[in-house]
Amino acid sequence: MSKPKVAFYWCASCGGCEEAVVDLAEDILKVVEAVDIVFWPVALDFKKKDVEAMADGSIAVSFINGSVRLSEQEEMVRLLRRKSQLVVAFGSCSHLGGIPGLANFWNRETIFRRAYFTTPSTVNPDGVVPQEKVIVEGKELTLPEFFDTVRALDQVIDVDYYLPGCAPPRQLILNAVGAILEGKLPPKGAVLSPNKSLCDDCDRNKTKPEKLTIKEFKRPWEIFLDPEKCFLAQGVICMGPATRTGCEERCIEANMPCRGCFGPTDQVYDQGAKFLSALASLIDSKDEKEIEKIVQTIADPAGTFYRFSLPKSILGRRKMEAIK
Amino acid sequence: MSNGTFEPRLVGFLCNWCSYTGADLAGTARMTYAPNIRIIRVMCSGRVDPQFVLKAFREGADGVLISGCHPGDCHYQEGNYKALRRYKLLQRMLEQLGIEKERFRLEWVSASEGARFQHVVNEFTEQIRRLGPLNFKFDGGSHEQA
Repeated sequence: MSKPKVAFYWCASCGGCEEAVVDLAEDILKVVEAVDIVFWPVALDFKKKDVEAMADGSIAVSFINGSVRLSEQEEMVRLLRRKSQLVVAFGSCSHLGGIPGLANFWNRETIFRRAYFTTPSTVNPDGVVPQEKVIVEGKELTLPEFFDTVRALDQVIDVDYYLPGCAPPRQLILNAVGAILEGKLPPKGAVLSPNKSLCDDCDRNKTKPEKLTIKEFKRPWEIFLDPEKCFLAQGVICMGPATRTGCEERCIEANMPCRGCFGPTDQVYDQGAKFLSALASLIDSKDEKEIEKIVQTIADPAGTFYRFSLPKSILGRRKMEAIK
Repeated sequence: MSNGTFEPRLVGFLCNWCSYTGADLAGTARMTYAPNIRIIRVMCSGRVDPQFVLKAFREGADGVLISGCHPGDCHYQEGNYKALRRYKLLQRMLEQLGIEKERFRLEWVSASEGARFQHVVNEFTEQIRRLGPLNFKFDGGSHEQA
């Protein structure tokens, strides 16, 4: 019997998820032994036409990382969906929109204006901006369309499983690959990480006072962080209560609070709103004016609570007409 | 909207013990108020998950009202304070998402304040009428929705 065919693809991402695959180190050899990698632009020289030539459904599983912000990415993921039996959204960007999803506070016009005109380091005296079509020496050159809105993978195509994380940790990747190879998969749509919050697994949970209250929010660089104490008990925003566990607490162990890259648990749709709910109820005041003052000590609520999940939030983006 | 005039669509989350009873009083006393509000009864203003508010805006609400017992009067001791804290933070976040803070309101209405409920709804309706429709649209496709 021939080995199952596997494809990897990247959309709007930093490349960290590709790195996570390479970081499997010697374990990747076991994976390579068990499967045939038929498409992996970052590492292997297969082209789009090679994928097009395959029979529909002939790829066992496609691991797709990154969010979708260009027409080219949309075209590629639709193609891979058609050719694959399973599609796994790999990493936060694909799962929730991720860091590129923060672009949903803006739109194409404002992003182009910033990137090609107003950054201090930009030198663009001729006002050149990328065009979708341009004629050079009688030949037409094209670029993909840049969308106003960044989308998570399942907002574009049907997704079978989600591997969360920025980037997904080694053990979760190996578990997922193992489950696929052995055909021991959970129901479709599952996020392949335990369904409980990070606080449940966090060593610092026991240092949390009985009644947790906050008078002033602080950013990590403003104080010396206690390496053992619950971050929220130190007045520092930690997304742990509203974030799924399974990350092996890499940030916590480096004495940095959780930023929420694993997204919410199955019970919650909107991670940012749920976190807002939990955080606001910790505010230590009953006085309207004082509450307002304490709330103002949070630098960027929407950007902080939706750091990885704005496209998959209930509203999905900033209202277009409100962008100037 | 079909004939060109804008009728605000408001969603009101009213607590069972004070504000819903207050609204009921307005009804039984035959006080008329703007028919623009759709009332949802919750056990406590502290039960209102911020997700409810966001969903209301996404589904076409032009304004959202949360109404509960006056401070100190909460049937569950502290629920309305929680609502107040969440309200202040959510209002800030809504502004970042392009939703004017005037579209989201928190009011204390007791069980005996039918007239106050009437006043709040009328005033809020007029405020939203002046602001115009929200028309929140997410062009990000709908492969999966809440």
